[in-house]
Amino acid sequence: MKILVCISHVPDTTTKVKFIDDFKKLDSTGIQWVINPWDELSLTRALELKDDAANGVTSVSVIHVGPAATEPTIRKALAIGADDAVRVNADPKDAYYVAAQLANAIKGDAYDLILCGIESSDYNGSTVGGMLAEFLGYPSVSSVSGVKLENGQVVVIREIDGGKEIISAETPLVAVVQKGIAREPRIAAMRGIMMARTKPLKVVEPVEVDALTELVAFEMPKPRAACKFVDPENPKQLIELLQNEAKII
Amino acid sequence: MSVLIFVENWDGKFKKLSFELVSYGAKLAEMYATEAIALTIGNVESSELVRLGKYGAGRIIQAVNPGITSFDSQNFTSVIAGFALQENAGVVVLSNNNTGKAIAPRLSVKLKAGLGAGVSKLPATISPFVIYKKVFSGNAYANFIIKTDIKVLTLAQNSFELIENDRNAVISQVQVDWNSAGVKTKVNEVQKQDGKILLTDADVVISGGRGMKSPDNWGPILEFAELLGAATACSRPVSDEGWRPHEEHTGQTGKIIAPNLYFAIGISGATQHLAGVSSSKYIVAINTDKDAPIFSAAQYGIIGDASKVLPKLVEAVREIKGK
Repeated sequence: MKILVCISHVPDTTTKVKFIDDFKKLDSTGIQWVINPWDELSLTRALELKDDAANGVTSVSVIHVGPAATEPTIRKALAIGADDAVRVNADPKDAYYVAAQLANAIKGDAYDLILCGIESSDYNGSTVGGMLAEFLGYPSVSSVSGVKLENGQVVVIREIDGGKEIISAETPLVAVVQKGIAREPRIAAMRGIMMARTKPLKVVEPVEVDALTELVAFEMPKPRAACKFVDPENPKQLIELLQNEAKII
Repeated sequence: MSVLIFVENWDGKFKKLSFELVSYGAKLAEMYATEAIALTIGNVESSELVRLGKYGAGRIIQAVNPGITSFDSQNFTSVIAGFALQENAGVVVLSNNNTGKAIAPRLSVKLKAGLGAGVSKLPATISPFVIYKKVFSGNAYANFIIKTDIKVLTLAQNSFELIENDRNAVISQVQVDWNSAGVKTKVNEVQKQDGKILLTDADVVISGGRGMKSPDNWGPILEFAELLGAATACSRPVSDEGWRPHEEHTGQTGKIIAPNLYFAIGISGATQHLAGVSSSKYIVAINTDKDAPIFSAAQYGIIGDASKVLPKLVEAVREIKGK
């Protein structure tokens, strides 16, 4: 069984984002770039599956769409434990463009299980995984909070409104994963960092694909009104404000 | 053209988010001066279907096939894409919930239709088609143009008000193709949480953080939630410590919610927590630290120890509700 993990390169989640060029571009000054948190958990789970020899996982690969400047993020994934990597040498234009590039780069490579994080923490679209599955004609399960391998089948837990489904799926499969998939992201050890330098990283040139959407401009959130404080000795006043002023309860 | 709204049903029943979707789709159809068509897949009683018509749907289609026994993203996508083409849909609207997130990206590729994911309001203009959405987990917003003839939108839950507008909708039941052999994902088991108010559906959410000090102190939170008909939630450290189940974790990597009223009790309000709750209409914070970032996101605050304040709040609600 070969596993592929799709990786997005995003600003650290504590970043206070700022924009330049008339709010058309993210100001990357001082930004710490990281592996998208959900992708990092996917990679961790893929490596856990490989660690258990009974699962018969032969390799864990990672793939990323981004220019050469994003290679440190890919090397980090290799340092955490991925065996090899593919980088599609392109600036991501939109989710459709990224999914099309991923599909093109991996068609013909017989990955059995493809893991994608439920969303990237920059555009919060929850879109690339499902799009990739449709491009490849593979089944997909979204909102996956658990994955294991049983007799050559992939068994996943899918979160639904008010519960869970236990699903067995044929491979190849795209699983779009979220919280619960792994407990803590795996951290690169010194040995892994040394080994990552020599692991294979293949660069694939993009195919021509039109983006279907286009950014007009970013906006900053409107500042919220100042907080109104209530005397801790008299919290009843809070309930009255919620009833009479906010009219919410 | 038309606006096609995919409305999920839960064991043949609709809920508030279904009516939000229909209200949104109907308003969007008005912008195009066209008809809104609500589509559901699976068996739903006609008395339940009629309810969709009260929010502006001109037609209601129920797609049925005896083979449809559980959700499958590939087959659901095929059915919806088939109706989108047949009804000449200019826009297909879905919820941004788990089901919508599973279908919308596939639909976007199948129809080569640009996708606007997680929109919270109507497009500013329809030509060009400009959508507005949260980016960087709520630290910014962005306007995007969808350039394709067909558009797919997913609507963020609890972001659009219900608009009653009864159009005496025509209901039709349509037998659809269902490729049972093509179902490659088999549901072996469904585990349901019965009787609890769903966090993502709740109008009021009571959430506790590390400031609660111990899982033994959750009693007043549960009592407060019960009195207000609220769902309970927690911050990430609380779920990581196993004080509360991980389904309750709200925040960037947990559940992203937008209730009308969110109580953050003993939660300092790190960026990652706010990313999951900042779309709440009102936030009330109770915290001992007056400089906690949660107070800059909150409209109402109490500086104090939750263990002392909460019992008084519970008492005040009891008094007002006469319980």
